[in-house]
Amino acid sequence: MARRKWLGCTGIVLALVLSACGGAKVGESSSSGSGGSCGDFNIAVNPWVGYEANAAVVAYVAEKNLGCHVTKKDLKEEVAWQGFGTGEVDVILENWGHDDLRQKYITDQKTAVEAGSTGVKGQIGWYVPPWLAQAHPDITDWNNLNKYADLFKTSESEGKGQLLDGDPSFVTDDEALVKNLNLNYKVVYGGSETALIQAFKQAEQQKTPLIGYFYSPQWLLSEVPLVKVKLPAYTKGCDSDPEKIACDYPDYDLDKIVSKKFADAASPAYKLVQKFQWTNEDQNLVAKWIAEDKMTPDAAAKKWVDENQAKVKAWVG
Amino acid sequence: MTAAVPVARFSFARPRRGAVVLAILVAWLVLWLVLRGTQTLSLGAADLTGLHRRLNGLNDAIGESRDSNPVFLYFFNEIRLVVAEFATFVQALIAQPAFDRPVPLLGWLGVVAVVTWIAVVAGNWRVGVLAAVGFFFLGLQGLWQESMDTLALTLTAVVIALVFGIPLGIWAGLSDRFERFITPVLDFMQTMPTFVYLAPLTLFFLIGPASATIATLIYAAPPAIRLTAHGIRSVPRDTVEAGDSLGSTRWQTLTKVLLPSAKSTIVLGINQTVMAALAMVTIAALIDAPGLGKTVVKALQTLDVGTAFNAGLAIVVMAIVLDRVTTAASAKKRRTPRRLVAAGGVGAVVCAYLSFTYVWAAEFPDVEIGSTIAKAVADATDWVQTNLAPVTGAIKDAVTVVLIDPLQALLVESPWWLVVAVVVALSVVLGGVRAAIVSAVCLGLLVGTGLWQDSMTTLASTLVATVIVLLLAVVTGVWMGRSDRVDRILRPLLDAGQVMPAFVYLVPFLALFAATRFTAIVAAIVYAAPPAIKIVADGVRGVPATTVEAALASGSSAWQTITKVQLPMAKRALTLATNQGLIYVLSMVVVGGLVGAGALGYDVVAGFSQGQLYGKGLAAGLAIVLLGVLLDRLTQAAARRST
Repeated sequence: MARRKWLGCTGIVLALVLSACGGAKVGESSSSGSGGSCGDFNIAVNPWVGYEANAAVVAYVAEKNLGCHVTKKDLKEEVAWQGFGTGEVDVILENWGHDDLRQKYITDQKTAVEAGSTGVKGQIGWYVPPWLAQAHPDITDWNNLNKYADLFKTSESEGKGQLLDGDPSFVTDDEALVKNLNLNYKVVYGGSETALIQAFKQAEQQKTPLIGYFYSPQWLLSEVPLVKVKLPAYTKGCDSDPEKIACDYPDYDLDKIVSKKFADAASPAYKLVQKFQWTNEDQNLVAKWIAEDKMTPDAAAKKWVDENQAKVKAWVG
Repeated sequence: MTAAVPVARFSFARPRRGAVVLAILVAWLVLWLVLRGTQTLSLGAADLTGLHRRLNGLNDAIGESRDSNPVFLYFFNEIRLVVAEFATFVQALIAQPAFDRPVPLLGWLGVVAVVTWIAVVAGNWRVGVLAAVGFFFLGLQGLWQESMDTLALTLTAVVIALVFGIPLGIWAGLSDRFERFITPVLDFMQTMPTFVYLAPLTLFFLIGPASATIATLIYAAPPAIRLTAHGIRSVPRDTVEAGDSLGSTRWQTLTKVLLPSAKSTIVLGINQTVMAALAMVTIAALIDAPGLGKTVVKALQTLDVGTAFNAGLAIVVMAIVLDRVTTAASAKKRRTPRRLVAAGGVGAVVCAYLSFTYVWAAEFPDVEIGSTIAKAVADATDWVQTNLAPVTGAIKDAVTVVLIDPLQALLVESPWWLVVAVVVALSVVLGGVRAAIVSAVCLGLLVGTGLWQDSMTTLASTLVATVIVLLLAVVTGVWMGRSDRVDRILRPLLDAGQVMPAFVYLVPFLALFAATRFTAIVAAIVYAAPPAIKIVADGVRGVPATTVEAALASGSSAWQTITKVQLPMAKRALTLATNQGLIYVLSMVVVGGLVGAGALGYDVVAGFSQGQLYGKGLAAGLAIVLLGVLLDRLTQAAARRST
């Protein structure tokens, strides 16, 4: 008896629900898939905002202007290069040097080829927060660093000055540099980009001393304009023996790498990648929109593309 | 009289053993003063040994042969296809647009209804309410899609883990030989840092759902295997013999006696597997696994703690719902009335149908409180960072000078053979000859990895972190064990500490303690203290109420009751907490490498990030496993000896 009553109730509720609810049905207003000759286009997205800016703009143009089916894959550099061989990645849009990976995948395995510069110049070096450079203008010359070693002492630096290194993704010559320039410093490994950014951001905010490894372009520089320390100038070949390096890092021409298969197919997407080029200012702007103004990469790309039609025309024309 | 003998021997042996330990430590100190700085086997951050180069070569060789090698073509590719197919199917069900539809098959209403129904049937109506509220909250956070991607990945990995794990667990429960074989394998799977095999996995199984699932699976499967075996082994002998005497076949004994009796332990194993799978969410995001992990990782590129916290909170909410449902299922005594099951089932089907058909039930409505949560957390973090940093910095400096530096100096600056001799001698005294052999082998292999000095640095931080974890575990555990109310308040916080991805709290920690070894230790404590606290709390609660009452009746103060009755009687729990505390701290070594701990953690991270350091990273991963095995076996042997 109880059960029948229960079932009856359920039935009524069910009928009510079914009749009462209307609304749009799934699939009624589905947009027709965009065709086009472009096909699938797999972009690796390495984990930093500058790269994200490149990827956002290229993806936006490929989708809107060429009708490509774009898939972005969030991958670390090493894994992304590996993806050329397995066919899962078509393009890396901002490559910082990586001579070992070039050797392995371009020369040896022949699964990747270069696709030219992105127009963005990369710089690696030692930086100090702006307040420190203002307080001690001579601190930005390496010759004076020993004078300030005491300032940079921390619980980790064993009585010497601390030189904070960070992102394990980049090759660093800092230990050799400290040794060969006879600096009374110890390299301390922060271990991540997050650790570096946080350290610099806080050093400026709290006016605490800090010197460390950093690079440009990087979104933080638009918020905290770090000052680069002058090291002995880079000359060609001065970094050939890693043990004996005593000169600054070279400037990097950040470039694009594509998979061999993707290049051979010569789709419109490949041509776009080949022609894609902009400047540090362009990238910093889009990176700032993403990092500080919290725009989605897609929205930031749309905004930039709308404002820079001339540049975009040159890429797709 | 007979009972007094062992007690007498016990109290006699104890000070003697203590004296020997003390003598060994003093000898170590003296020798350290004389020999410090010699034969420390140091290796620079960019330097490699022959072993590291050979491991690099191996990695390259695998990469080059993947298109021609039959093992790849017919074995790994087949596995990848099956796993990818299954993962894509689960995604299509709840997370990703599929079958030419712009949305997945089940919309939010359907998922909430089905999950609630499962919670009610497997547990009770209370868990059902929790499940409904929890999952609805995920949508409110503005993270429905991401949450479902994470849930899909978790479910896929857990289902596959159980398909293999439970049979293996049964086998390990029935066969001593197989258990001896599989235990070290499971240790390896759980302590080997994921970063080490993440990049090679994408070589074997490509970038995509298969790799993400398998990475999660490797870490998540061991608890299911262990607890299944444990459950089977704990079935009382006479129950099994009763079955045998009734003439059951082995199969009948298994299905009619062993499995039903072990059911609740097995479900507990499933629970642990689900939690472990959720813990992998952020790491799997590094090889493009979709979901909440991606939100966390992306937010951290811009130090957006608020957004990272919001996503981390979603992981915590999902973990708490899944935890309570499986726990309720394992503790369940009574069946849910059939008519309730049927009615709920009908309701769930109706909701599922609605969410399949109508847009409003498929896509979560556009109301969200996620950005409010993110904003509030960001503001709070900012305040803490600006106002507390000087104080916390001072604490950091003090602990570093008093605890970390001396211990590290002792371990790192001693000649390697001296440390080996000391540890082996301590193992003989504390654990016996077998333990000493295990220690010697582990230390020998550690020297072989070429990362001796980094291992000692990591060991020093690990020991400091474990000591602090134990202090916290005893204080908080006793408090919780003695008061149900405290337990109820603290337990969800402990759950959160265990499941909240470390990446979320690393940023504020970095602000408070800078990139230092201490930050790494604090991160390890947040992760390792909750399980240790829970174990101690359960141990204290397990002390029979009559014993405690007797102590109180005989005039003991609360302090005396704790120190003379509750803690001694919870001794097993204390040793288990030590053991688990150590293992959990070790599993955070790699995270420590991201925030300034250097040493093995940094080696692993750098190996994942740079091709030419891959071999070194792998060797560092092995060194972490070796430290884990050494500490685990030693604490277990010491615990066995002292009871």
